[in-house]
Amino acid sequence: MTEKLLEIKDLSVIYKTDEETVYAVNDLNLTLNKGETLGLVGETGAGKTTTALSIMRLLPDRTGRITRGCITLGDLDITRASEADMRLIRGNGISMVFQDPMTSLNPILTVGEQIAEVLQLHRLDMSPEQKEKRVDEILEMVGLPADRKHEYPHQFSGGMKQRVVIAIALACEPQLILADEPTTALDVTIQAQILKLMKELKQRLNTAMLFITHDLGVVAQICDRVAIMYAGEIIEIGTTDNIFEGKKHHPYTVGLFGSIPDMTKATRRLNPIEGLMPDPTAPLGGCKFHPRCPQCMEICKTAKPLNIIDGTHAIGCHLFAGGAGHDARINLESTGGAE
Amino acid sequence: MSVPLIETKGLKKYFKTPKGDLHAVDDVNLKIEKGKTLGVVGESGCGKSTLGRTILRLVEPTAGEVLYNGKNILDYGKKQMLEVRKDLQIIFQDPYSSLNPRLTVSEIIAEPIKVCRTITDKAALDDKVYELMETVGLAERLVNSYPHELDGGRRQRIGVARALALGPQFIVCDEPVSALDVSIQAQILNLMMDLQDDRGLTYMFITHDLSVVKHISQEIVVMYLGQCVERASSEELFRKPLHPYTQALLDAVPVPNLRHKQQLTGIIKGEITSPINPKPGCRFAARCPKVTASCTKEDIQLREIAGGHYVACALY
Amino acid sequence: MTEQQRKKTAYKKKSQLMSIWHRFKKNKLALFGLVVFAIMLFIAIFADFIVDYERDAISQHMTKRFMSPSAEHIFGTDGFGRDMFARIIFGARISIFVGVVTIALALAVGAVIGASAGYYGGYIDETLMRIMDVFLAIPQMILAIAIVAALGTGMVNILIALTVAQVPKFARIVRASILTVKTQDFIEAAKACGTSDSRIIARHIIPNAIGPIVVQATLNVATTILVIAALSFVGLGIQPPTPEWGSMMADAKSQMRYHEYLIIIPGLFIAFTVMALNLMGDGLRDALDPRLKN
Repeated sequence: MTEKLLEIKDLSVIYKTDEETVYAVNDLNLTLNKGETLGLVGETGAGKTTTALSIMRLLPDRTGRITRGCITLGDLDITRASEADMRLIRGNGISMVFQDPMTSLNPILTVGEQIAEVLQLHRLDMSPEQKEKRVDEILEMVGLPADRKHEYPHQFSGGMKQRVVIAIALACEPQLILADEPTTALDVTIQAQILKLMKELKQRLNTAMLFITHDLGVVAQICDRVAIMYAGEIIEIGTTDNIFEGKKHHPYTVGLFGSIPDMTKATRRLNPIEGLMPDPTAPLGGCKFHPRCPQCMEICKTAKPLNIIDGTHAIGCHLFAGGAGHDARINLESTGGAE
Repeated sequence: MSVPLIETKGLKKYFKTPKGDLHAVDDVNLKIEKGKTLGVVGESGCGKSTLGRTILRLVEPTAGEVLYNGKNILDYGKKQMLEVRKDLQIIFQDPYSSLNPRLTVSEIIAEPIKVCRTITDKAALDDKVYELMETVGLAERLVNSYPHELDGGRRQRIGVARALALGPQFIVCDEPVSALDVSIQAQILNLMMDLQDDRGLTYMFITHDLSVVKHISQEIVVMYLGQCVERASSEELFRKPLHPYTQALLDAVPVPNLRHKQQLTGIIKGEITSPINPKPGCRFAARCPKVTASCTKEDIQLREIAGGHYVACALY
Repeated sequence: MTEQQRKKTAYKKKSQLMSIWHRFKKNKLALFGLVVFAIMLFIAIFADFIVDYERDAISQHMTKRFMSPSAEHIFGTDGFGRDMFARIIFGARISIFVGVVTIALALAVGAVIGASAGYYGGYIDETLMRIMDVFLAIPQMILAIAIVAALGTGMVNILIALTVAQVPKFARIVRASILTVKTQDFIEAAKACGTSDSRIIARHIIPNAIGPIVVQATLNVATTILVIAALSFVGLGIQPPTPEWGSMMADAKSQMRYHEYLIIIPGLFIAFTVMALNLMGDGLRDALDPRLKN
């Protein structure tokens, strides 16, 4: 039985400075069930990290602001919770794994101390001995020998540091982990190790995870569901099967897949998406993708497309409105060939 | 067989560190034919960037030879080197730090020409800059923009235009698309392949991304801790990887396809060891799943196993 | 050719100076600092047109001693009957002149030392920077006093003393800026085209390293003005009867309880000038970074 854990409704986030307003996230809707891993895929500036920071309520104080919508975790409305409540949730209910393990650990504390610190904050009932035991346990769980807890971050390699970061995130057994590009800074062989670890852990602990990445390959490995983001909106969402195997796709998704050099095929030219992401400071009418879309129609320039839902699969594109009326022959296989 | 455009023989670069010599590039032999692309793959710290810079003499090698059209450029004096620099260029990974923030787009592109005085006439120089901008797909309205006003993809195009300014034969591309988003990455890769087709350029394409390297190269060198562990044609290497490290590397790449979902079983343990004063024997031995006693006895040379397929492994 | 001219006019180059100015004027405090400093500079340069040096600032008028500020003498007169306004104006000349010249000299010497240390590295770097460390270990004021004491007072000696005290700071800043710029890829790109060392330094390194140096120079003009005033106050700086803000305060210290304006007015001028320079320095720091958007 699937049970809703996180729900984001009509979320809009802006960054406002003296000079300009950046519309980072626009009317974003998302649900995440217990124990599920949702991949949030998109390019730089798509609003992935902003979404994660909104869930943690860690948007930069002076500039970032949630203008609309709500985020609920269980029964709690995060957008309206007090700062004190949020402090209890961070690290306990929701924890975050950042991209760069080099900078997300404090260099002057031993890794054991850093794990114990989270317990200190959220597990007031634990005795010091219990905490020590928990630190050992959690280190073993992420594949590090417990006796290395007295060492400092610089004594660990990049992959091991990321294991420590994951250990800290898991210390209080949160319901939800926000992983922001956790393997991007790592080498491929290390990335494979970390992905394997995360996969095992989420099965063992039944933790839900929002996995932010730009790498569709990583998504295929670890995610149950996938949401594709473009210019602050989710333009397509579905199960991994829907996204990777389905026949119907948003033209942006098609472009994204076409851009990746495929190791299993021999093609000379790639099929990139022409053009650039729209300027986030000047909101664009209609579909955000229309200036780059090879199948752009008149309606796309003016009307914002609705989500066309087909079972577990939703696409925000006018091409699929009104069922079979349009020639929607965009499937993955046909884009692999030459132009 | 004609003389390869670029060839290295026993190329070595050791950096002195307080703990001993860091073997960044250790006895690398490679050949690049004119008009072809050699891919150099490896993880961070394997010496691939140092290799590229050593070939261009941006870093002076400790030992070995770099032959350009059959002549060792390491013997060249200052004057000869200046002449040959026009033919050998480089494109960098980071489109942020590779462009001088105080110069405009046109100034950046014109800089190599001004330095080498290949065009001295002011008007002709301007024409050349516009021509180069058009070649790499930069709109002419950007001539007087500063790099910080542009996005990563456009900046990388400036980097490409600068490398092309002197009409080079050979370009070392040091992770030119790693810092870019996939859709932009594809644009730049297409541009580089078009340029190769039009101008007969020769590339040495350094990257950690196996899917990119397969896409763009005819031949691939796999590096581990400063050494070349396997060298083969692109097709052969992906079809039949021989070195356990190459196999592990290929297994580790996440493929965006559910049917190729890896089992996450063939993952190698451990992480890259220190390149400072490495022990004799195969440098991958500590992580190798197929390690035997003979692996650590002595250094293992790169040997030709099949036609054009070289591997440095005791198993073969 | 016409095609080219069309392009030239269509995409006119934005001057770096203009965009620096554009960013600078957004910072109102910095702008205020600039205005105040400009006024001081104006006064210092055109002092001769405002008042007569010999008559108003130097000659003593025993009949007009200790006159409080009035319409005739807006800042009053001092213990020798000299017009305070005139002395302040000529004092500005000394303070600002010494401050600016000292920093210019210190910057020139420091830049050469710092640039050689930073660009060439190795033994050159070690030797030069250790010498600078020795100087840095001595407090600036003590060093200046020691030099003046050894060489004797006088304008040239004061300039030397202050410059020597400032050189190590600039050497360090220049070296640090160069080290950060040196590792950037565009330097390597320049080398790959065979660019000469001198052109790399002039075209690629200095323009990118200059920001923090200019900022530091502005801020150090302010501290130097304070040091001159302090030196004069203890009697080692500018000698009477030459008007200088610090020595004016020193002269007035015995009268502090009866004619407080004598000490307050030069004090305020020192404070305002120093503040103006500090505000300007902060504004420049932001304005000089090209990565910050317009």
